[in-house]
Amino acid sequence: MECKNSKDINLEELKRQRVRLHESSFEPKEIYRGYADRSLYINVTTNEVKVKKISNDMKEKFTGGRGYGMKYLWDAVNPDTRWDSPENEIIIAQGPIGGITQYPGAGKSYVVTISPLTDLPVDSNVGGFFGPLCKFSGFDALEIQGKAENDVVIFIDGDNNKVIIEEAPGECTNSHILAKTLTEMYADSEEDKMNVSVVSAGLGAEHTRFGILNFSHYDLRRKECKLKQAGRGGIGTVFRNKKIKAIVVKRSGIKGDLNNPHDLDTIIKLGIKLHREIYENDTKQCWMRVHGTTQLVDAMNAHDLLPVNNFQYGEHPDAPKIGKNSFEKIFDRSNVDGCWYGCTLQCAHGITGLEIKTGPYKGQKIFTDGSEYETLAGCGSNCGIFDPYQVSETNFYCDTYGLDTISFGTTVGFVMECYNRGIIGKEVTQGLDLNFGNWEAQMELMHQMARGEGFGVVVGQGIHRLKKLFVEEYGADKEFLHDIGMEVKGLEFSEYISKESLAQQAGYGTANKGPQHDENWLIFMDMVRNQIPTFEDKAEALFYYPLFRTWFSIMGLCKLPWNDIMPADNHLTDEPAKVPEHVENYIALYTAVTGNDFSEEEMLLQSEKVYNLQKVFCLKMGKGLREYDYIPYRAMGPVTVEEYESRSERYDKHLKDFVKIDPDGMTVEEKIKELRKYRESQYQTLLDAVYKRRGWTKNAIPTIERLKYLGIDYPDVVDVVKKFL
Amino acid sequence: MKIVATKPELCIGCKACEEACVKVLFKDTDTEKSAIVITELGNDKFDINVCNQCGECIEICPAQAIYRNKNGVVMIDKDKCVHCYACAGFCPTLSMRYHKEVTGPFKCIACGACTRACTTGAIYMKEV
Repeated sequence: MECKNSKDINLEELKRQRVRLHESSFEPKEIYRGYADRSLYINVTTNEVKVKKISNDMKEKFTGGRGYGMKYLWDAVNPDTRWDSPENEIIIAQGPIGGITQYPGAGKSYVVTISPLTDLPVDSNVGGFFGPLCKFSGFDALEIQGKAENDVVIFIDGDNNKVIIEEAPGECTNSHILAKTLTEMYADSEEDKMNVSVVSAGLGAEHTRFGILNFSHYDLRRKECKLKQAGRGGIGTVFRNKKIKAIVVKRSGIKGDLNNPHDLDTIIKLGIKLHREIYENDTKQCWMRVHGTTQLVDAMNAHDLLPVNNFQYGEHPDAPKIGKNSFEKIFDRSNVDGCWYGCTLQCAHGITGLEIKTGPYKGQKIFTDGSEYETLAGCGSNCGIFDPYQVSETNFYCDTYGLDTISFGTTVGFVMECYNRGIIGKEVTQGLDLNFGNWEAQMELMHQMARGEGFGVVVGQGIHRLKKLFVEEYGADKEFLHDIGMEVKGLEFSEYISKESLAQQAGYGTANKGPQHDENWLIFMDMVRNQIPTFEDKAEALFYYPLFRTWFSIMGLCKLPWNDIMPADNHLTDEPAKVPEHVENYIALYTAVTGNDFSEEEMLLQSEKVYNLQKVFCLKMGKGLREYDYIPYRAMGPVTVEEYESRSERYDKHLKDFVKIDPDGMTVEEKIKELRKYRESQYQTLLDAVYKRRGWTKNAIPTIERLKYLGIDYPDVVDVVKKFL
Repeated sequence: MKIVATKPELCIGCKACEEACVKVLFKDTDTEKSAIVITELGNDKFDINVCNQCGECIEICPAQAIYRNKNGVVMIDKDKCVHCYACAGFCPTLSMRYHKEVTGPFKCIACGACTRACTTGAIYMKEV
């Protein structure tokens, strides 16, 4: 359902069109030490709604957030389940620390489903108020299964302890209008809008494999719904396939003690300390409160790490146009740009009055969130586009249509290179001139995705399927497409050039859900600062950081306040990359919320249980072995002559210093070949070291001993692993 | 508006101001809960820390719980406050208070009780 403008919405008419399918009440439940210890299960095929108790074993082994999501999904699906099978679930879960208002970054939800891109379990984190409001309504997780016949809205009323499912034919599907419509519909007053949060997707999610979920929160000052995205892996596509138009939660009376923590005093003191650190240091460090993540465009460009023209190059002279200085002027920063109460790091900026030039909202002046780094790099530089207003519009439409800016940008970059090289022509693109830099063509592709027509729908299937199509239907060179198609396991790369960082290459390759940087981001440690020179050092980093960062996902925390703000004396510590004082904060926070004694070792162990379950889950779904950790060569080194020549001095030196070959007299093709042989062999050696450190076999399979050590040697988990050992 | 102004050089550290403050704010005698804080610096010198009603906390509050009343004094609406303490961390003069036994942040409400208790003129009400 498309509509032009939120001002045209008639709430009474929309309510009149509703058909109630289910209404039930649940017992209220206070949170105790961070947990409600129950989840809400909703089946949209049968409209069954039930409150499930979370067992002590589940809590002990999987902790919360992504851990709960993975376990519920594991129990729900079988190896033949695909993204659009009715038994596939979408689980939205918080964690025990999630929802505290005092420590920055404590409003994250973690969403899990079987991905339409990878056929694997995918997890994606998202801000916004939904997670905390859902938890304070009495649920640690929300588990959605089944497929509705017609579009439905699910309402979780945490004030009156009710769940209502209604057919909702009238509401606009696109998120910027839908979130505002439903917020107004369910709130009793302007101030009450802060107590409502909406999960929605958009028209683009219906016709592509990389649909997202938008999680809203109401900005009282701007009087706008801000949207944060569970972006990776196509969760919005699953959402719309289930014919869910939106999930709404309402819970009023938010206070700082709703988690009923063991030691509120410690939480408040830690919170005030970090607020002060941000107040004093942000403009000396990352400038998140001013530039958000846009400052990364400049930083990545300066280190040759910014993807340009489908990851061919790492810098571009026009990159600053979509960097921090541009957005400092374009953002209408407010002092409350956090995505949950108490996040003073406030990276979530916005643009008011952006004039839209294309598509159904052409001519309107709208409010939009962001832009964020990944969007600027993926939809901007990676497609050869360097106009901040154009990329902001791309960002707006991606959000409202429910499209992942990373998969969209990386996929369109790939298609543009195929078009530029003549691998596909206008007969394939259906007349679109997809040269790098052609923003109008990029936007037309996106509008086609929303309309469900044209080449846009083809592109919306993602790089993995496009490669097959271009090879089988249009005679493209399979090996070359494999080299330049930036995907692993079916998921598109996030926006960092990893050519000169072996550790980052393996970080991308071994990431359970596909090449996303939220498991680890090791480029600076590895390439810039040379802090992890040996294979063992890199393997240790690839053990520690994915587990450390998994911990945020099982707690309901955001990663940014860990290392995008640091104590002033952090550089004097033994391991500045770990930000030891903040790790201590997290350990103290966990104890303060749950009352359990805790250490860094236990933190990693908690994560390792979840991480290994997810790994075995990948095996269960048929894609967990070593071969699925291989990455396209463009993520390792130069594929083409022009790529080599653009950095010939660096690559020649690499040949001399590491490969021990004198490049003088060699052709560029010969040099590319020798460099490739060396780098691919290095990658394989590192995989061996990483698997060994993780307690896996050389074929990337967790051993039975490891599973026993982790306490997740359930019979059905062991059965999966046994088949491969 | 009137604020509590200070002349630290006149302070003798008797802390009568703190006692007066907690009496007004909490009907209490625990001076740890005072919105005005006297700190001994050594050599008979004292620091006086109290809110100057600059209002920067109003902007940082995500719940719009902090406002100026009709007299210009910065106040906290306890019903709206979500206890995030962003105001405490972001106060330029570190004059927003936290105490374990008090629900939510608290601050000087410019009532003048402390100035009336001061025997040396180290604190006084000033129109700004």
